[in-house]
Amino acid sequence: MKQNEKKVSWISFLLVLAFLGLVFWLDQIIKPTNKMYMLMTVLQKGSVYALAAVSMNLLNGYTGLFSLGHAGFMLIGAYTYAIFTIPSSARDTVYQYFDAAIRISFPELLSNSMGSAGTVLGVAIAVIFAGLAAAFFGYLIGLPVLRLKSDYLAIATLGFAEIIRAVFQWQKLGPITNGSNLLKNFMRTSLFKLKVGDTKLVFSTFVPVLIATLSIIVIVKLVNSTYGRAFKAIRDDEVAAEAMGINLAKHKMISFTVSSFFAGVSGAMMAMVLSIAQASNFKAAMTYEILLMVVLGGIGSTSGSVIGSFLFVAASEWWLRGLDSGKFLGIEAPGIFRNGFRLVVFSVIIMIVVLFFRKGIMGEREISDLFREKKKAKGAAR
Amino acid sequence: MRKDKPCILRVEDVTMQFGGVVAVNNFSMEEYEGEIVAIIGPNGAGKTTAFNVITGVYAPTNGRVTFDGRKVIENFPRGKMKKGYLGENAGKYTDHLEPTPDKLTALGMARTFQNIRLWKSMTVFENVLIAKHMKRTSNLFSATFGGNRAEEKRQRDEADALIETVGLSDVRDEPATSLPYGKQRRLEIARALATDPKLLLLDEPAAGMNPQETVELTRFIGEIRDQFHVSILLIEHHMDLVMDISDRIYVLDFGSMIAHGTPVEIQANEKVIDAYLGVTDDA
Repeated sequence: MKQNEKKVSWISFLLVLAFLGLVFWLDQIIKPTNKMYMLMTVLQKGSVYALAAVSMNLLNGYTGLFSLGHAGFMLIGAYTYAIFTIPSSARDTVYQYFDAAIRISFPELLSNSMGSAGTVLGVAIAVIFAGLAAAFFGYLIGLPVLRLKSDYLAIATLGFAEIIRAVFQWQKLGPITNGSNLLKNFMRTSLFKLKVGDTKLVFSTFVPVLIATLSIIVIVKLVNSTYGRAFKAIRDDEVAAEAMGINLAKHKMISFTVSSFFAGVSGAMMAMVLSIAQASNFKAAMTYEILLMVVLGGIGSTSGSVIGSFLFVAASEWWLRGLDSGKFLGIEAPGIFRNGFRLVVFSVIIMIVVLFFRKGIMGEREISDLFREKKKAKGAAR
Repeated sequence: MRKDKPCILRVEDVTMQFGGVVAVNNFSMEEYEGEIVAIIGPNGAGKTTAFNVITGVYAPTNGRVTFDGRKVIENFPRGKMKKGYLGENAGKYTDHLEPTPDKLTALGMARTFQNIRLWKSMTVFENVLIAKHMKRTSNLFSATFGGNRAEEKRQRDEADALIETVGLSDVRDEPATSLPYGKQRRLEIARALATDPKLLLLDEPAAGMNPQETVELTRFIGEIRDQFHVSILLIEHHMDLVMDISDRIYVLDFGSMIAHGTPVEIQANEKVIDAYLGVTDDA
């Protein structure tokens, strides 16, 4: 039994490592001019949404808290990351109409003393900072909101997310947030290149994928720990959980804050992938998209959320593109396949998926269960 | 009455009023260590309400609960209740102590529910294991990053041992809700025992059980008391079970206590026979 569990975690670990290796390799061979570069875009955006979906799943799927404030926390993460990585040379062009108040850039600061290693470290610190900022606001919002249940909680969090968006667009906060203008010129994925000797290594896709992978591993570890079990107990039956000594307020707050932290990290990734940060991008519709990925993948399944996000991004950004531009699967029909038709087909596909997979693609299972079930079957055969 | 032993639970003048309805009126009781005490009464007599007050689900309108020598719950008519209070002993209590159920569980009070409340998506083992969460010493970070291996292993071993003791090893990895009713009850009791309680509160443990299962349960409750050194407070409708295992019985009717004593005394009590064993609808 124990041996089996160890094997499962080893297989999972090796698979993750192989995936990271593959992404690193693809990063070197597929240039932005390549026809297949769409794959890299999907990997980048997919990993952003995968982390967002997994962190939302931690709340909605594992703790049973129906929260819809994700876009708000991602926004905080995106802005925090952007503000703290704008190099001083670009600051005045970015803050055109304001006098920038925050004049620190972590990557720049550290690269002055440590070279390119400092840049890497600076980006890492900015990402963690983004998570912490989101977690802090998550904690503050959680104080009043977590007393509510189900639909009421959803409405309250949705409201707070909209408030966050409005505040970040407020002109009075311009020196920090640049008002309703966008933030740009900060450390973005297209700048993630390193010269080692004579070879130039590209990390544009590898970095977001790596951040997402590490974060998701942490979330999985949390879910499998004693705290994760307590979260599931709260989801299954709050009254019983409280009667068995689980402090509801405390555990809900932990789940909410941790989820906000990783939403913030995914927001930072979103900023570096899109190379801009603008509050008006983080609308409630973004939360719904993430919720859709969670539901498609299977509420309560981490691998489901990841699969759901990548499928969602690949379908909407890549596979169905032709539906908007006249040619799809070799069929040319400019009359039908024009702007907006993609979304129609996309909605139909989602409806079909939800109809045939009532509990999402994965239900409550995980990919690692696949190895586990096989092992069990073998044992039974003996 | 085992007055030589220390008092584990003392309920004093507990009144629970919902709006204009007094569900429990001036209820007092004591339980001494190692006793099995039963609260009986017709449907709607206020047994479960009294139970919910003791376990912290409801804050009483007036009264005090002392557990294991420590005052844990106390309240007096406040706010809106100040004017509308219909019970007795107003002004006798002045303190306001209203812990959440988990705090009481941490002090050593564990309960089961009338309508079984197991964690549905989880296995038998996980149900017992989660009840060990309360006993953790690890914080969020050490638990997430594997800094609590020893504790985790100890919890798992303890949960396994407990499952073994209550005789559920053969269904250890089955989903909790797939068990037959009798075993679900047993599991719920095992889960409560996993918190290492001093006092175990059972809310109608034999509800919905067939005679065979009830006999097994009666034996099981007796075993638990001896093996785990817990005191047991139970609400029950099955007279066989109550008369069989209780040391003392409290009888509630319309929210008020009408009698208390040993099973023999209760069986002979006129008031009880009228109210409960007599010609009521639900007898």
